Amino acid sequence: MSLGFDIPADDLAKRHRKERVFEWICLSALWAGVVILGILVLGTTYQAWGWLDWQFLTSWDSRKPAEAGLLAPLWGSFWILTLTALFTIPVGLGAAVYLEEYSSDTWMRRIIQVNLSNLAGVPSIVYGILGMTVFVRAFGIFGSEGKKLVIELGITQWTIPLPFGRCVVSGALTLTLLVLPTVIVAAQEALRGIPASIRHASLALGATKWQTIRHQVIPAALPGILTGVILAMSRAMGEAAPLILIGALTYVAFAPGRIDSLDDVFKDPGAILNAPFDTFSALPIQVFSWISRPKAGFQHVSAAGIIVLLVVLITMNSVAIYARQRFRTKLKW
Amino acid sequence: MKRTSLFAVVLAVIAAAGCTVQDATPPSSGTAPTTKTPGGGNSEPASTGAAVAVEGEIKIDGSSTVFPVSQAMAEEFQKIHPKTQVVVGESGTGGGFKKFSAGEIDINDASRPITEAEAKACEEKGIKYVGFKVCIDGLSVLVNPQNEFAKVLTTDQLKQIWQPNSTVKTWKDVNPEWPAEPIKLYGPGTASGTFDYFTEVINGKAKQSRTDYLPSEDDNVLVKGIAGDKYALGYFGFAYYSENKDSLKLISIAKGSDPAAAVTPSIETIRSGEYSPLSRPLYVYVTAPALKRPVVQEFMRYYLNAGQKLVSEVGYIELDKPTLEEQVKLLEDTIAGLK
Repeated sequence: MSLGFDIPADDLAKRHRKERVFEWICLSALWAGVVILGILVLGTTYQAWGWLDWQFLTSWDSRKPAEAGLLAPLWGSFWILTLTALFTIPVGLGAAVYLEEYSSDTWMRRIIQVNLSNLAGVPSIVYGILGMTVFVRAFGIFGSEGKKLVIELGITQWTIPLPFGRCVVSGALTLTLLVLPTVIVAAQEALRGIPASIRHASLALGATKWQTIRHQVIPAALPGILTGVILAMSRAMGEAAPLILIGALTYVAFAPGRIDSLDDVFKDPGAILNAPFDTFSALPIQVFSWISRPKAGFQHVSAAGIIVLLVVLITMNSVAIYARQRFRTKLKW
Repeated sequence: MKRTSLFAVVLAVIAAAGCTVQDATPPSSGTAPTTKTPGGGNSEPASTGAAVAVEGEIKIDGSSTVFPVSQAMAEEFQKIHPKTQVVVGESGTGGGFKKFSAGEIDINDASRPITEAEAKACEEKGIKYVGFKVCIDGLSVLVNPQNEFAKVLTTDQLKQIWQPNSTVKTWKDVNPEWPAEPIKLYGPGTASGTFDYFTEVINGKAKQSRTDYLPSEDDNVLVKGIAGDKYALGYFGFAYYSENKDSLKLISIAKGSDPAAAVTPSIETIRSGEYSPLSRPLYVYVTAPALKRPVVQEFMRYYLNAGQKLVSEVGYIELDKPTLEEQVKLLEDTIAGLK
């Protein structure tokens, strides 16, 4: 039998060797990431061992490493994240729905689309500078003294400082700008993944476009949208640079609005309205501050902070995966 | 129907809510401090602070070198006055002054006096201020106790050793009379304020340093390194030397090139400023509007009186008595002048 050409035996061996080398390169590429992550996590856990305890989670910061805790940044990050989600979801979803379902393919839409992709890659410090000018100082239009907008709500008084100053809202709005492009693009992709036949069927039955979007398209796209939102939130959680610029603090001994228990909420519900305009600290910033402190114990305190941040992030990402799986299996067309 | 009812609720809320825009007094507009200060104000500087009840918020920012001092003050002050909230940030002396001149903070921590440009920025915004010396930061240069030859170094020699691209490899390269043994260098890491300060006064520019030395943010690692290495040389805050006197040998420092002018660092020579240039006072700057508020007055009284005991705890050197009294007098005079 002849193939019309010869395959020398040594050539075959050579090709098999190449094959193995290639496989080996791919495998080491995979392990490089895993091993480095493993070393980081193990090293940090080793440093944090014995420091990550109940006292650490329930105390304010202190100059003494043994008494330092991360209660303030936990509350700060909680408020920041809640508000960021509150701002991001309606705006991000609205923009995505308009772009995918309503707008026609004009040059304007194409410009917006290109810019969205570009904005997703802008360094976060740039958003920090933007937030500083727009939200913290409001271009100085309220004068150097500033103004206060007081809204009487009957049971309580809502005081909004103008400009917002170095508060939770400024931080949340800045992070909203930071993650919006990511959320919009993710939501758009989710919407695009819904087969046109679903829309056509709904419209054919006499539903309006709004009814189609509300009852068919969005529920179907929800897993994708949710994943995008949660991943964006974990990014917001880990961001330090823009918040440093906005003026997040490294020593705070109270929660925004002075609410650190359910009791406080019942005693003064109005505090919830005013908390967004309070000063704050955030997890990544506190960790960074601890690392640079001279006292030896703070290296361990900082490691403990990193572990908490990691656990929160892993939890959020797991929720994203779970949500995607759960909603996907529920869908039946 | 749902939509209409939601709309009605929103309308009702807007109708019920009386909106007013008021002028705010910066920077802590939210909390109005109650005035319960003693009559004269300067009759007796409240040394314990416990007698006077104050409440309100104080915003501090600025130098990360001064941060540990202000943080310690804030922590203890809030224990005495539970209704106060003192927050401290660390955006650097310059970054802090930017916020200071924008009226965003009450107090700025500074590891150097305010510059002309920064003072002008405050003036343009109409922000009056007063600066206080609060403590002293001293750096010490150290060798192993077994090192018999090195007793004095000039700042020129230090520069020769520590400048970027330094050619010094052995002790002989610094002084021909010294042995040709390799010089092992230890110093703080680049994130440290001590590193910034040392490189600025010795090498002429902050953060400019040779990089082939053993860095550690943990001064205790430096202490151990120098103590275990006969030909080591390192530098760190004086406070760490005083805790490890037995395992280290202190080098006298002469400004310029003449070793005869050397001064040995001690609490006294650092306080008097004789040990120069490796010692410097640290400052806090307070805005006049802030100093009108009782809570800030009490905080500054605490800072310059009872709180001074915290200075050595966080690794700095207390001011000498006359200077401290001067600062207290300046504070009380300023408060009295603002009335």
